[in-house]
Amino acid sequence: MSALEDRIGAARAEGRAALVAYLPVGHPTVEDSIAAMTAAVEGGADVVEIGVPYSDPGMDGPVIQQAVDVAVRAGVGMRDVLRAVEAVAAAGAVPVVMSYWNPIERYGVERFATDLAAAGGAGAITPDLIPDEAGPWLAASDAAGLDRVFLVAPSSIDARLRATAEACRGFVYAASTMGVTGTRATVGDAAERLVARTRAVTDKPVCVGLGVSDGDQAAEVGRFADGVIVGSAYVRELLEGRGPEGVRALSAQLAEGVRRRSTVSP
Amino acid sequence: MTTSAVHPPEQRLESAHPAWPDDTGHFGVFGGRFVPEALVAALDDLTAAFEAMRVDPAFVEEFAALQRDYTGRPSPVTEVSRFAEHCGGARVLLKREDLNHTGSHKINNVLGQALLTRRIGKQRVIAETGAGQHGVATATAAALMGLSCTVYMGEEDTRRQALNVARMRLLGAEVIPVTTGSRTLKDAINEAFRDWVTNVETTNYVFGTVAGPHPFPLMVREFQRVIGDEARAQVLEREGRLPDAVLACVGGGSNAIGVFTAFVPDEGVRLVGLEAAGDGVETGRHAATITGGSPGVLHGARSYLLQDDNGQTVESHSISAGLDYPGVGPEHSYLHDIGRAEYRPVTDAEAMEAFALLSRTEGIIPAIESAHALAGAMRLGRELGPDALLLVNLSGRGDKDVETASRWFGLGDRTEVDPGPGMDTDQQPTEGAVTAGDAVPGQDAGSQS
Repeated sequence: MSALEDRIGAARAEGRAALVAYLPVGHPTVEDSIAAMTAAVEGGADVVEIGVPYSDPGMDGPVIQQAVDVAVRAGVGMRDVLRAVEAVAAAGAVPVVMSYWNPIERYGVERFATDLAAAGGAGAITPDLIPDEAGPWLAASDAAGLDRVFLVAPSSIDARLRATAEACRGFVYAASTMGVTGTRATVGDAAERLVARTRAVTDKPVCVGLGVSDGDQAAEVGRFADGVIVGSAYVRELLEGRGPEGVRALSAQLAEGVRRRSTVSP
Repeated sequence: MTTSAVHPPEQRLESAHPAWPDDTGHFGVFGGRFVPEALVAALDDLTAAFEAMRVDPAFVEEFAALQRDYTGRPSPVTEVSRFAEHCGGARVLLKREDLNHTGSHKINNVLGQALLTRRIGKQRVIAETGAGQHGVATATAAALMGLSCTVYMGEEDTRRQALNVARMRLLGAEVIPVTTGSRTLKDAINEAFRDWVTNVETTNYVFGTVAGPHPFPLMVREFQRVIGDEARAQVLEREGRLPDAVLACVGGGSNAIGVFTAFVPDEGVRLVGLEAAGDGVETGRHAATITGGSPGVLHGARSYLLQDDNGQTVESHSISAGLDYPGVGPEHSYLHDIGRAEYRPVTDAEAMEAFALLSRTEGIIPAIESAHALAGAMRLGRELGPDALLLVNLSGRGDKDVETASRWFGLGDRTEVDPGPGMDTDQQPTEGAVTAGDAVPGQDAGSQS
């Protein structure tokens, strides 16, 4: 029914959290970004968030902005994204697209859903689309049998947590801190509190993003979340020239982290 | 040729305006909230506080007193007869928002939002700015009310508008040059949103125009509608009739919504927004969002925007920093789609011709933004012919633009203004020697109706 929920459930059956890796398509080039995604899977990522480049990434910090800017200037579009989806599926991970709303709307919501499903994509995460505005996407994702992931935040009141979780399929994305993407020294208690509040209103898996960058943090978050989402740390491997090798090594470190002290109860 | 007609107040539509936006901030298919969930609580709080405040007599009184005693409202209406000689014989009235404290209409909105900030108990405000007028206004209100203030401004704009950067700093604000993307207003807004989502517990975002997520388009309109409310009464008082057309420049569109709103129910009054066409819409180097763009989502709302096939925002171009924005407020998109307002492009050259003309014929140096509206009046006046009555919102004064204008006109040690490329030659269709009543074959000469 839900490719994401199945994969996260499989990790849970192993007594661990799933590892979700984010990388944007087209940085440094389309081919190199696909090679990096494949390396992330080889290193141990269960799910790859395939980032759609966007000119105005209002939720992203400097690291992802810098990478995405390269892709935007190169004219990377949805056709390239769909190629990355196919490659990630072939590598054995679950591909899910991460996109600000306008590129999807411009491509055509129904067309996007149809083409994404045909490419083997599980669904999409939409950081600037709240369920209140998502009518066409709810319908299109239902019709194509796709997962759809919305975000909850520490500032969300309980009624919104419930409504947002209700609209999600696959998992609920808990944005751990108030702020933009980027690595942080500590993930903090806010993430754990948000996960607990979300679990109080839904049985769906809850994955945590924003701020996780190493194996220790992955281990810490993996103790209370169903999935650990890592973005900027992966992108930094490419920005600093360590290429697919660096991505593979980071994945291995994070994969070890989510398996440490396997205490997540099924 | 349209003949001018009297539009007495009783001809106003019965449908209570504003009938839009709806409860969730939609103007038809436009507007709404396309934001990270993290900001929804703050936007909900802001909406509730605004709705409570606007009906609170104590606030209404305090806001009115500030407008009167601090801004200097009501701003006057000035007839500009010598300028109007270049407008096909039409009569031209200017609504003088340039005479407000801080030099533009931006103060109207900022005082309202600063009072709101105090009411919700936040101590820090942030703002984006293009030309610097909104930044200066926000820094001013922050100084007045003891709030800490940070202004994001594209690095490119900090160069174009160095005077306003200095003004903001003198007023105690921190100005942060934004070096991402096109380094203009669009990117300043992105940075301000990033600051807001990070510091939302202590910080209020004082948005400068009728764009962005709900409630900003509604709230900014309500704080700016004083322009049209005053002007409508002033024109009726002095002329005994309404104008045939109301003109304003449109970047994000706050001064235009401000002057339009009171006239929306007056069906006989044409509402004309002038967009910045830069080098010309056909060149691709422009900021004419409605003329040359398509519907999409940018900065938290659905509206027209300049975008490519991948949905990437396209960089805009205009000599005017305040109009150099690839988006537009959702209410303008709605007014366009329902046919209540019309939007026309004005090139840099046409705007600068009007800039020079108003300066030399009336002793009023307009903001380059407002000069776009003046250029629109020159063209529309020729289309409508003698006896037409045009109301132009002069949204700001041009002190900040003196350097840009000096470069444009090649002023150095020379003592006389060269009117610039095209002026007083046969190449410009809007050249000043056209006789009254002549229709001018411009880009949209076929659209008059």
